[in-house]
Amino acid sequence: MSHSAPLIHTPDGTIAAITKALGSNLVSIEEANGEVAVHIHRDSLVECMIKLRDECAYQQLMEMAGVDWPDRDPRFEVVYCLLSLTKNHRIRVHLATNEDQAVPSVTGIWPVAGWLEREVFDMYGVLFSGNSDLRRILTDYGFSGHPQRKDFPLSGYVELRYSEEEKRVKYEPVQLAQDFRNFDFLSPWEGADYVLPGDEKTGEGAGKGATQRMTAEEVKKDPATPSSPPPPTPKTTDTAAQTGAGKAANKEAVKRTVRKPKATGDKA
Amino acid sequence: MSMQQDLAPTTGDEVIQNYTINFGPQHPAAHGVLRLVMELDGEIVERLDPHIGLLHRGTEKLIEYKTYLQALPYFDRLDYASPMAMEHSYVLAVEKLLDLEVPIRAQYLRVLFAELTRIKNHTLNIAHHIIDVGAMTPPLWLYEIREDCMAFYERASGARMHAAWFRPGGVHQDVPLKLLTDMAEWLDDRMPRLFEDAMSLVVDNRIFKQRNVDIAIVSKEDAIKWGFSGPMIRGAGIPWDIRKSQPYDVYAKMDFDIPVGTRGDCYDRFMVRVEEVRQSVRIMKQCLQQMPEGPVCSDDRKVSPPKRAEMKQSMEALIHHFKLYTEGFKVPAGSVYVATESPKGEFGVYLVSDGTNKPYRCKIRPTAFSHLQAMDFMSRGHMLADTTAILGALDIVFGECDR
Repeated sequence: MSHSAPLIHTPDGTIAAITKALGSNLVSIEEANGEVAVHIHRDSLVECMIKLRDECAYQQLMEMAGVDWPDRDPRFEVVYCLLSLTKNHRIRVHLATNEDQAVPSVTGIWPVAGWLEREVFDMYGVLFSGNSDLRRILTDYGFSGHPQRKDFPLSGYVELRYSEEEKRVKYEPVQLAQDFRNFDFLSPWEGADYVLPGDEKTGEGAGKGATQRMTAEEVKKDPATPSSPPPPTPKTTDTAAQTGAGKAANKEAVKRTVRKPKATGDKA
Repeated sequence: MSMQQDLAPTTGDEVIQNYTINFGPQHPAAHGVLRLVMELDGEIVERLDPHIGLLHRGTEKLIEYKTYLQALPYFDRLDYASPMAMEHSYVLAVEKLLDLEVPIRAQYLRVLFAELTRIKNHTLNIAHHIIDVGAMTPPLWLYEIREDCMAFYERASGARMHAAWFRPGGVHQDVPLKLLTDMAEWLDDRMPRLFEDAMSLVVDNRIFKQRNVDIAIVSKEDAIKWGFSGPMIRGAGIPWDIRKSQPYDVYAKMDFDIPVGTRGDCYDRFMVRVEEVRQSVRIMKQCLQQMPEGPVCSDDRKVSPPKRAEMKQSMEALIHHFKLYTEGFKVPAGSVYVATESPKGEFGVYLVSDGTNKPYRCKIRPTAFSHLQAMDFMSRGHMLADTTAILGALDIVFGECDR
């Protein structure tokens, strides 16, 4: 360990103690980057959390985070960050869930979960059964959609402005003067997940998330591309006249820049 | 109106209904854009429902579309009263995923400026708390201190508020020696003079005490259940400070005390912050005494950019610079939750990397979320005028709360 992030020392036997306390409700437990992550089943959440609080002394729920993994089957992950004030240790509890099935609420154990669950619901649409106040929290009144999902566009769907004519705030579909630019910086030499043109001959298929590139055959069949390329016109500048510079151009420029004296007004 | 008149009970058995009022979103004592829907029985608060999100800017979503370095300035804009403390959690999270070593001078500089930020934040909060309960002079003096802090910010980073000075691997630029000597002089003379003067007007003031003592008492159990941290949990009497218990950067080498409250009321929370300012001065002095010479940024060229002079000579350096400012650096896949002791409490970053140059998910744990949520139970049974004192002692900034 050479980084200088907050020093969290995992006491010996912590993982064994948690494994023992959670029993069959535990899916997996691992230690990575110096942090202990506990994966549990969704339905056993409340039971596990009570055990973690009472038997393993993780008294505080500090944070709840949702994560969207569109490729996984239960699509969403909910992460609970617990803190033990007495053991001076942190763990994370992970569970997987989807849109339809509700996660049991932990508001009965930690009232602070009320808003944290509201935020996960607002951002991801994950439902929490037992949270009596599952309203949206950060988004606008009357907002629809769940903005932190990966398929929600960064620009959103509506924009609003104050209309002087109608004397009210108007919601309109988003219109960007310039498209959002997102550059693909993944270097093809360092694990980019698509096949470079020409590499398909090696027989390995395109990887996950590959941008579909058309083969030469497909390009030919595509009616949008003209069947024969237009004859190439050489882009050369042979004489001074072609450059647009010289006497003729100077004359033209003077004509354009020198203003005619303004006609004196009719009223004078 | 007519309905009410029809149903108006005869004199003698009048039914007084609870009264619901809207506090904010544009109220000077609401510390930003907070809307409180309050149900009052006369002047007693029966129920309080904070509506937040009016300053939601989608920071977490934006960060997912930015490289790790481009995401950094968003953190300044979260809690704009303590910008460098916000950066601190983020750079430590990135460094933890990279397992990157930070030069010792950079660690000292970060702690020095994190504590300067704490002074900056606490003077603002103390000032606003005082002004919320009616005094005017101390805030003016405390703003002098805050102004000095911003001048130091500017001399280190070029910006008075949004510094973007902490970088993964260290800090952006070294500070001139004159800045450090000026800072030492300031800590010896001007800063304590202004601060103690202002505090002498408030801490034993009868009116100030009447407005704060025994207001919104929070027990230790409640503080734990409601996820309190920072001055709020210390005000409730629990000596918990991440700088001490899970030290980061060079906090392990620092000698400082953790003030705790005895009653858990607004006055205790206020006094905890006052004492923390004095402790921050202590830490800053130690930093200035102990700070060694040396590099201020990691020499790992895959993460931190080369010096400008080096780029004029070395092809390699030029390539590194170009790659870092276009593609950015890649962070190994994994996830970490890194929390630091920001002036307002535990400020955490849950960072999920998928091995590319952009964070897959960056969840920010604002301190205000749990504190503001607890305001409902803290305010119940108190007078309407006490809510401003309670809110002042919570130390809320909406840039951070709403993200």
